[in-house]
Amino acid sequence: MAADDHPHSHSHSQDHGSELSDLQLRVRALETILTEKGYVDPAALDQIIEGCETKIGPHNGARIVARAWGDPEFKRRLLADATEAANSLGYVSPVGSHLIALENTPQTHHMVVCTLCSCYPWEVLGLPPVWYKSAPYRSRAVIDPKGVLAEFGVALPSDTAIRIWDSTAETRFLVVPIRPEGTEGWTEERLAELVTRDSMVGTGLAKAPAP
Amino acid sequence: MTNSIHDMGGMHGFGPVEAEPDEPVFHEAWEGRVLAMQRAMGFTRLWTIDGGRASMEVLPPATYLAASYYQRWFLGLERRVVAHGLVGADEIAAGHALRPGRRLNRKLTPADVPNTLTRGNFERPSAAPARFSEGDRVRTANLNPQTHTRLPRYARGKTGTVEAIRGCHVYPDSAALGAGDDPQWLYTVVFTARELWGEAVDPAVSVSIEAFEPYLAPA
Repeated sequence: MAADDHPHSHSHSQDHGSELSDLQLRVRALETILTEKGYVDPAALDQIIEGCETKIGPHNGARIVARAWGDPEFKRRLLADATEAANSLGYVSPVGSHLIALENTPQTHHMVVCTLCSCYPWEVLGLPPVWYKSAPYRSRAVIDPKGVLAEFGVALPSDTAIRIWDSTAETRFLVVPIRPEGTEGWTEERLAELVTRDSMVGTGLAKAPAP
Repeated sequence: MTNSIHDMGGMHGFGPVEAEPDEPVFHEAWEGRVLAMQRAMGFTRLWTIDGGRASMEVLPPATYLAASYYQRWFLGLERRVVAHGLVGADEIAAGHALRPGRRLNRKLTPADVPNTLTRGNFERPSAAPARFSEGDRVRTANLNPQTHTRLPRYARGKTGTVEAIRGCHVYPDSAALGAGDDPQWLYTVVFTARELWGEAVDPAVSVSIEAFEPYLAPA
């Protein structure tokens, strides 16, 4: 858990608990007010939550990456216009405008951050994890990317250039990690299991196949 | 606000990045309710995504840092519905409605929800051709407005290279004020880490931002 998100969670757990329940009451009160005034429909709110938990998510991104690994023509289209290419598959949740795919290679490693808020390609990766929205990641990704990568257990070859993408507008970035060796002839479904969320943000690498 | 605590790029002292294994989509049920209320109220088009961001950026820095992500969303949303006259401060205090609601142009229904799971399109027709081309050297503005901007502090007054033109998009600095889309060309501008942070840093690192045309001048 990031330091800025639960500052009292260890030393003042009881204070933290009462603070949270106060917040829960305030959230419930706001939903009551917005519902009573006719501004929101609680059934629509339920469906938004369900959609965030099931429809969007890194399973979408993993299938896109796996397809790109196995299909050079699809990879070409993905790097040219990732929104168009992703939606052409028909089996991932629809992707909105200006998704940009970044191909990691032995020469260049791409890593994505939003220093100003929490911009993230949530159709293909799901809602961002706490660490992505946290002060440590947002502050350090642009000034100390190697230190951040080390905290994720990633050590790159010394001659690999690192490129950080700060998501300061409504463009969104999906990293295509390097395909692991020893996966020749694998099906798309099997390849997708190697594609982690972090590998598509650039804070991780794709998993190596089990020996 | 521009020079507020949300603009964190390059700050020191926040400690290591701590990833949580097998993190759930929501840690508490209320977080999902806040996200869903935010999406549903955003659907009314009474404010823009940039107006939503701006309402969190005006939180006092100590409040911003002490609050969790969805707490910040909640505090921003509560402020916004009051500021837009949708809900009275007396109703917030009472915890229930005291008067009928205003009429909305759009209200999110369950049938609309699938569409909210796809991001909107912020590209708009352009009034003039793009001023810069791929490969152009540009210098970012040294601007410090009191209002919302998407030019981070660490990338102001710096020289970089236009790497790509991303189309003409809603200009956040205008939209956040409710002053209209004022569409502007958007570019990916890449800087060496040394340009941003000095000679001591790794020369193999580069950083790009997505920069709107008013942020840029020829270098």
